Amino acid sequence: MKKLMNAVESILTESLDGFAAAHADIVTLGPEHKFIRRRVLQPGKVALISGGGTGHEPLHAGFVGLGMLDAACPGQVFTSPTPDQMLAAAEAVDTGAGVLYIVKNYEGDVMNFDMASEMAAGPVEKVLVNDDVAVEDSLYTTGRRGVAGTLVVEKIVGAAAEQGRDLAALKALGDRVNRATRSMGVALTSCTVPASGKPMFEIGADEMEFGVGIHGEPGRRRDRLKSADAIAEEMCAAIATDFDDISGKSALLFINGFGATPSMELYLMYNAARRMFETRGVKIARSLVGNYVTSLDMAGCSITLSLLDDEILPLWDAPVHTAGLRWGA
Amino acid sequence: MISEAQLRALISAMATTIAAHADELAALDSAIGDGDHGANMKRGFDAVAADIDQIAAKPLPDALKAIGTKLVMTVGGASGPLYGTLFLALGKELAATPGDYAGAFRKAVDAVAARGKSEIGQKTMLDVLYPVADALRAGKEPSELIAIANAEVAATGPRKAIRGRASFLGDRSIGHIDPGARSSALILQAVLGAFA
Repeated sequence: MKKLMNAVESILTESLDGFAAAHADIVTLGPEHKFIRRRVLQPGKVALISGGGTGHEPLHAGFVGLGMLDAACPGQVFTSPTPDQMLAAAEAVDTGAGVLYIVKNYEGDVMNFDMASEMAAGPVEKVLVNDDVAVEDSLYTTGRRGVAGTLVVEKIVGAAAEQGRDLAALKALGDRVNRATRSMGVALTSCTVPASGKPMFEIGADEMEFGVGIHGEPGRRRDRLKSADAIAEEMCAAIATDFDDISGKSALLFINGFGATPSMELYLMYNAARRMFETRGVKIARSLVGNYVTSLDMAGCSITLSLLDDEILPLWDAPVHTAGLRWGA
Repeated sequence: MISEAQLRALISAMATTIAAHADELAALDSAIGDGDHGANMKRGFDAVAADIDQIAAKPLPDALKAIGTKLVMTVGGASGPLYGTLFLALGKELAATPGDYAGAFRKAVDAVAARGKSEIGQKTMLDVLYPVADALRAGKEPSELIAIANAEVAATGPRKAIRGRASFLGDRSIGHIDPGARSSALILQAVLGAFA
């Protein structure tokens, strides 16, 4: 393992200290590194809080700020944060209009946020993001994972919260955006968690893991590496098939890098995916390309398609000022 | 009645056992999960052991709740809420029905199942906890309970994971022992060993 670090035990806190210092105009760090919060709160606005294991940066701390989250709770690497973090964050940023948790659908995250909700003092709602079409959804499994689509939910709901919408309305909007969002990922390499020092899985030089998640966990199947067009076509087909009918719909196309893939390749995949969705009659109205929901040092990318309507499109365009996303403000 | 000295011994035994097997749990978890089960459990039980003076001085139900709360706040992942719920519920049930260890343990296991929206046979810690709860009610000796726990750990190997991160692997989870089942057996072994 080769990583820029001083000690495995202090990676998280040293990184958070650096993040808070670098973006001191936007955020401050909570006590005991429990959360990152907005420097300036807007009284009367519903507080949006997310969180999850570290290793997906800039998600979630990089999306704290005007137009997105009020606070983010970082867990250990690939490990959910604990309820005391959510409670401390809620106490710090709830200005009286209630708290909305945005949670990726992983058992650990769900259970820890549920326990935090049970212990909460004020009104709390939860939006569960489960956009990953690689995982079969059924009563007998954990269900679909929350992956890159989480960014879309946080952006849209964040913009609506700035407009003063109430907790119930934001919860309903978040659920609606989640249902209109689908993602699919492919990994070319594994990733290495600092504490273990070894790659999460072995993968041959000529292999790819199709349908991978964002923790280096395996996906649908192992396959020989193919051309970018062939990979993009299979990913787009999986997403398109999962929607009822996307022909004639307007959408956001989001190509997300997993951390070790050059922008050059991400834009190449964008080019391929855009062509494939347009062939299916989709109007690509908005685009986002970059490393936003990463998996440490994994190479590969995910494709996210999020349907936009007259309500959602202006919320995507609304001003945002965070460390990870910024426009219009 | 469980004395303060016995409670100290139980807490030490759990922390020592988990620490001694942290690498083994990490290896089991690397095969079908994300490899952090050993480190997370060790962090949690080390935190419990660090508070041993305050915890052991409490009456048993309160001590169990304190252990559960500490685990929830320090372990993280899915294991934190699951083990935290086990100890929190055990403390709550023993407060309601003092001395009924078998009844309280069974209800605590039900609480874990509810927290994880899971049931026996899905390749989780419940595959160990339910058979041990049943055997406890049937009046089995500590040594027999430990043997049952270990047999049930081995039995998770051929199963396909239906819950937990291993469930993403589908059939590829078959042939691996469940790390949560193993850590449950280790904790039971530490606790029961103190009475054997």
